Formats: sequence, structure tokens, C-alpha cells
Amino acid sequence: MAEKLKKVDVVVVGTGWAGGIVSAELAKAGYKVVALERGGDRTREDYTGVKDELRFTDRYEMMQNLAPETITSRNTLEEIALPVRTRSEMMAGTNLGGGGVHWAGATYRFMPYDFEIYSKTVERYGKKKIPEGMTIQDWGITYQEFEKYYDRFEKTAGISGERDPFGEERSSDYPTPPMKESPAITLFKKASKELGYHPYQVPSGNLSEGYENPDGETINQCMFCSYCTQYGCDFGAKSDPMVTVIPTAKKTGNFEVRTESYVRRVLYEGGKAKGVMYVDTNTGIEYEQPADVVVLAAFSLTNNRLLMLSNIGRAYNPKTRKGVIGRNFNGQFNITFLGARGFFNDKKFNLYMGAGALGGALSDFAGDNFDHTNLDFINGGGIELRQYGDAAIASNHVPKGTPRWGAEFKEKSIFYTNRNLVVWYTPAIMPWWHNYLDLDPTYTDEFNDPLLRVTNKYTDQDRNIAKFGIEKTKGIVEQMGADIIDEDEVPQEFDHIYQGGHYAGGVVMGADPETSAVNNYLQMWDVENLFVVGGSAFPHFGGHHPTATIGALAYRASEGIEKYLKEGGQLVEEKRKSFQA
Amino acid sequence: MTKEPSVKNEKEGLSRRQFLKNSGLVAGGVVGGSLFGGLLTKQFQKQPVVNNQKETANLQEARMFFSRKEDFEILSAATERIFPKNDNGPGAIELAVPFFIDKQLAGSWGINAKEYMKGPFIQTQQVQGNQDKQGPNTETQLPTPTARYQTRLNRGEIFILGLRKLDSVSQEKFGMKFVEAKGDQQDEVLHMFEENKVSLKGVDAKTFFSLLLQSTLEGAYADPLYGGNKDMMGWKMKEYPGPRMGYLGQIEEKEFIVMNQESLKDYQVHG
Repeated sequence: MAEKLKKVDVVVVGTGWAGGIVSAELAKAGYKVVALERGGDRTREDYTGVKDELRFTDRYEMMQNLAPETITSRNTLEEIALPVRTRSEMMAGTNLGGGGVHWAGATYRFMPYDFEIYSKTVERYGKKKIPEGMTIQDWGITYQEFEKYYDRFEKTAGISGERDPFGEERSSDYPTPPMKESPAITLFKKASKELGYHPYQVPSGNLSEGYENPDGETINQCMFCSYCTQYGCDFGAKSDPMVTVIPTAKKTGNFEVRTESYVRRVLYEGGKAKGVMYVDTNTGIEYEQPADVVVLAAFSLTNNRLLMLSNIGRAYNPKTRKGVIGRNFNGQFNITFLGARGFFNDKKFNLYMGAGALGGALSDFAGDNFDHTNLDFINGGGIELRQYGDAAIASNHVPKGTPRWGAEFKEKSIFYTNRNLVVWYTPAIMPWWHNYLDLDPTYTDEFNDPLLRVTNKYTDQDRNIAKFGIEKTKGIVEQMGADIIDEDEVPQEFDHIYQGGHYAGGVVMGADPETSAVNNYLQMWDVENLFVVGGSAFPHFGGHHPTATIGALAYRASEGIEKYLKEGGQLVEEKRKSFQA
Repeated sequence: MTKEPSVKNEKEGLSRRQFLKNSGLVAGGVVGGSLFGGLLTKQFQKQPVVNNQKETANLQEARMFFSRKEDFEILSAATERIFPKNDNGPGAIELAVPFFIDKQLAGSWGINAKEYMKGPFIQTQQVQGNQDKQGPNTETQLPTPTARYQTRLNRGEIFILGLRKLDSVSQEKFGMKFVEAKGDQQDEVLHMFEENKVSLKGVDAKTFFSLLLQSTLEGAYADPLYGGNKDMMGWKMKEYPGPRMGYLGQIEEKEFIVMNQESLKDYQVHG
């Protein structure tokens, strides 16, 4: 039997941006908060002086250990899903700070169009524009209502940026100025302007100057050292939960974080969550942590799995297309981030320098900023040129037609190491009835609980939007004067490689309990004291990187949880049938 | 290839004072512990690194994973075909790539310590019934068997199996051992593995080849602490400087800056 611990006000599963923000906000408000992290304790010292490409980029030091648990994956309902076994095929953050520590730092907002995608698409193009089976829906909150939470997140993280010329309304400017511009970015912006586009500097969580956030936490200035994406920052110069919200929570004296604590169940009785059951992975001892409010703020896939293992909520059934838990799996990977790579014979760039979110971007082909009447897809995405700073293993790009190995490969890979630039498109990903999450019937974790199963395939929407993006990026690379231009190929089907960490949906938000699991405070419709926070709430994936939206949702949820602790009950009135496709 | 003058070296690095100022560490920022302090001090002292690497590197060049010398020799020959010595500089053998791979296979990567290794292991994706007749957007779809890792063998076992098969295929095809075959014959055998035209027991030949290719490049370019990239010769060929404090003063620089190589050993000093 599990050992029962003393009840607290709030138990939070996960310590990434979502869990960190919720913990900080509620601890600041005077509530007793316990956060449970499956991974280990980490401090800034863990990431100081360890700039090692093999360890972090190639061996995935900061990613989930898959030996005890992974996911299984298939394309269609008829197939047997196979486990995703290696860390080069499955990327999900772990340890204190979660994915928020290894992120690159790109901090875009989703667009007003995204929040009301169903209504706005119908309004501009008519119902016929939405293909049968595409399960888009409004998010149950408008951008205008949501803006203040974005603003809040950007101030906590100290984001460095400038206004996007196509940008949505903002209540204030970015807290710190945009990052410096490297010659590669200058070239990208110049070419884009010549083509009539509107480039701007990528909003960055690697900070352009030292900054103290509203909670009194200090974030240092970025050194452009290049060890950023998939690394913790050497200098505390990348905004992450470890240098912001976790210390903020700790300072209150109301917060306790327990690492190596693997949550296995949400305890559920009489329509309410009673707490969680977890295992201390050092001792193997099981604990029950009772709480008034349970917050699932783990990785999106984990949020889904915990609800399913705990039998909470109405499971989605793709055959009847009814139910909500597991519905609308979506994410940016593989078919996203396609574009064109230019090879320059007479130009060299200092490509070993850089930062995760150092780059130029444009929104001319994002969201509904362009007319889709004659296009065979909806939504859009950002176009970016990023200068991450490539180390020596990652910088082996060669023009198409070059052998993958041998003397010619060696010669060209060395020649082009500092002479190639890539411009890519980050399209939105739409949800479909056939892309969903459930529990695998065969494969199990170390406790013999079923693994989460992903069923995901590409559609014409995905292939068409990717093709469109490749054309646009190719035009820019041409204008940049590249001697050789290689376009990416559009994959026919999803190859079961989960790269980049942008997987979302399954516990989606909305105004109608028929098509959403949580309301716009991320409170479950079916369980009023259970909040499910993170990318799992995205009904579809907007055409930009997700972190700002996850951070903003966490601030929105924190407000809701506080309201619930004071008043109780459902915080939002449901609107049934109003958003049916 | 253009040769950049190395006079640009003076541009590299920030002064300690400038770094502290820029990073806000002076103005009450958080210094990440003693290692960080020591690191800063050491980094900017620019002491010449005492180069006794040669002797220690030699002592490390012994087999840790491969018990049979013959397996190691096949590995050496194969990596040298993948990354040969040429006008650019040293090849895999001179860079100690085979020793790098040997060390990697002896460690957690070689035994798949952090990979999901529970059965059942199904190697061929079911294609029957793969077409979904119920929904839209299915017209252009093809069944998609993918090269996913679905074997009960760990990477070390795959290497042993693959290397011995390289030898037996060479024997069959050319009547001689892989290490005795000519360069283009060795290439032909390697191509057969790359194109999955050889059958191995329990794993695709292509999976073995991908691991071999990946680890050869890693051995050429990973930090020398892992036993490859000998004397940072891989980085020198690429004009890659190694881990540095940062490039705040250089990021806007229009010209290409050539720097001398420094490794993690130089960067870390002592905690």
C-alpha cells in the first residue's frame, strides 16, 4: 500500500514552463504547493562548462530515458503500433525545468486567427473550405482576451524582440531589445525585403541584455556561444524555469519540489481528483499525495497518458468520433521545418557562432495573412533563418547528389561547413479525426502499465502546405544569391521520428465539452479540481514555435486555479454544439 | 579552398572584464558556482596548454570493447573508406575513429542503456490493410515501412554481427578478407550494406551501416575527450574552434574568423 502523505493545497505534476509557472503563481498567492518531477534535480552548475556536442546533441543527455517508458507509434487504425525505442527517434525533455531548459528560445505568439480558426475560416472562405474530417475548432478564448497572458510570460522570461510588421496587437513592447544581427541574418532580411516581404528579428529567450524580471529573478546576457538548443545555458542567459519561476516559487517558502518522483495515477473518487500516486524512483516506495487541486503540467504526451491510466474523462473513439481524451493529436515535426538550403561557393559565414533563437523571420505567409481562396490548404506558418551555431558533427551538409560518405563527401562537407544557409517554413498543423492518442494494447512500461500509443498520418493539407513553404523559402534562398539550392522533399508519410519536442493536443481546450476536455482556464469539464496545463491543450498547432503559448496558458490556468480555490465550481459556462464542424 | 589569414586570432574571445560586464554578473547576477568561477579565471588567463596529449592518447589506444583484433581491423578499414585520408587532411584511422567507436560501444550507448528494449520485436511493419478507406486525404498515400530500430540486439552486438558479415561478403564476392580487398571493392561491399542488399540475422544491414556511418563522423568531430578527433585534427580541417566562452564581440563580424582550436579540456580546467 502506498504511504499517505499530508494533504497540500495544490499538487503539480511536472516542473517545465507549465508546472513552474503554476507553482510560482500559486505559491506566491500563499497556497502550499508540491511539484513532482520524474527526472533528477538540476542546478545551473549542471550546465556550466560542459559544452559537448556528442553528449548533448548526439546522445541526448537532457532527454527522457526511454528504458523504463516510451511511446508506440503507427500511421493508421489498422496497423500494429511499434515502440519508438531510441532517443534519436523520440525527443522529450526531463529533469528539473523539463523541456524549458533545453529549448532554443524562439518565443512567438500564436495568431488571432488560430484562436478562432473555425469561425474565421468559415467567415472568409465558407464552410466548404474545411475538408471533411479536419477537426478544427475555436479555442474558447480570443486572442484579445488572451493577450495579457502572453505579455506576462514575455516579461517573466525577458524576451528580446521587435514588433512583427504583420504582428497582432500588443499591450507593450518586448521587455528587452532584439538580438544582434549576424551577416547571414542581414542577407536573409535584405533578400526578403527585395521580394517585398517584411522580415524582423526572431523574438528570443536568449537575452540581448541582462534583465531582472517582475519576480526579481536575473537573467544574463547571451554570449552567442552556440551551445543552446538541446543544452542548458552555460551562463544563465537563456530564459528557463531554473533561472525564473522555480526560484520564484522556492522563495515563497510555500513550495516543495520532489525530484525522481514518477507519477503513475491521478487519484479519483466521486467526480473529484483526490491527489496523485507516485513512486520514488530511488527507493521504489509508493506515495499518495492528497491535494485540493491536482495540476497535470507534465509533457503533453504524459498528461494524456496519466488521464488514460487513471480512467478520467471520456476517451476519444476514432470510429464513432466521440469522446475527448486523446482527440486532436497534433504537432510540428518532420513535415514541418522543411525549406531550402543554399550553398555559397564564394561566401563564408561564422556558422560556429550563434544562439538558439538568433535569427530572422517573416510572417507574410503565416496564419491567414494571405489569401487561401485558390490554395489547397488552410493556415500558414513563419519563415525563418536561424543561426543556432553548429558544432562540428552537425555541420556536415552537402549538396544533393553528393555521396553520403567517402572522399567526395569529406571534401564537400568540409568545404561547405561555413558556406551553407537554410531557410525553412514552420507551418501550422491541423487536427484530423484519425490522429489521436490512446493506450497501447501490447507494450508496457517498467511497472507494466500500458505505453501511450500515437496514431498519426499526414494528409493532403500537410503535404500541400509543406510544398507551398518550400517554394517560398526557395525563392528567398535564390534571392540571397546561393550557388546551389537544394529543396527539401515532402515526405509522403509520417516516419515515426519524434523530433523537436513539439507534440500537442489530446486534452484540448474549447467552449464545448463535446469537443474539448478542458475549458479556457484548462480546468477539466468533467473534474472541476483537475487542471491539465500545457501543449496538450492545443486543439491544433499554430504556425509558430509553441513555448510562449504554453507559458501564457500556464498563467491563464494559474488565475483559474486561484479562482477555483476561492470560489469552487466550474469557472466557465459550457456552450454545447456551437462549434461542430 | 580559401585560406584565411590567422591574424584574426586577436579578435577572438572576450576580456574577462567585458564578459562579466556584459553578462550582468557584476551587477548582482548569479554566478553558477565554483566551477564557473574557476572557468572564467582560467579561460581568460590564456595560459599555454601543456601539451602532453600525445603520450596519454597513445596509452588510451587499446581495445576496450572488441576482443578480437580482427573485428577491430575490419572496423578500421571500413571507417577509413567512409572518411578517407585525402588533401583535406587525416582520415578515420589517423583521427583514432576506430578507438572512439570501440569506447562508445563499451559504454551506455553500446548497450542501449537508455533505449526501450522490451519485446515483442517486430521487424517488418505490417503493410496489409495499411490504406485507410474511411477518411479523406488518403489517395496519395503509400504504405510506409520505415527504418525504425526494432531489434533485440544492442548497438555493440549489431557492430560485431555487421563487421563479421562485411568480411564474409567480401570473401564470397572477391575471395579475400575485407581488410585485404582493394578500396573500390571495400566500397562495393559497404554499398551493399547501405542499400540493404545483405541479410543479417536479427537486424537490417542498413541499420548497421547507418550506425557505422554516424559513429565514424562522430569519431572524426566529437571532442577529443572521447578518444577520436585526435589532436583536434578533425576540427582543424573544418576550421571549427571548439567550445568557447562566447562570441558576443564577433557575431556581427562580416569576415570569416579563423581561430585556433581549443577542447573541453582547455575550457573546463578544474572545478
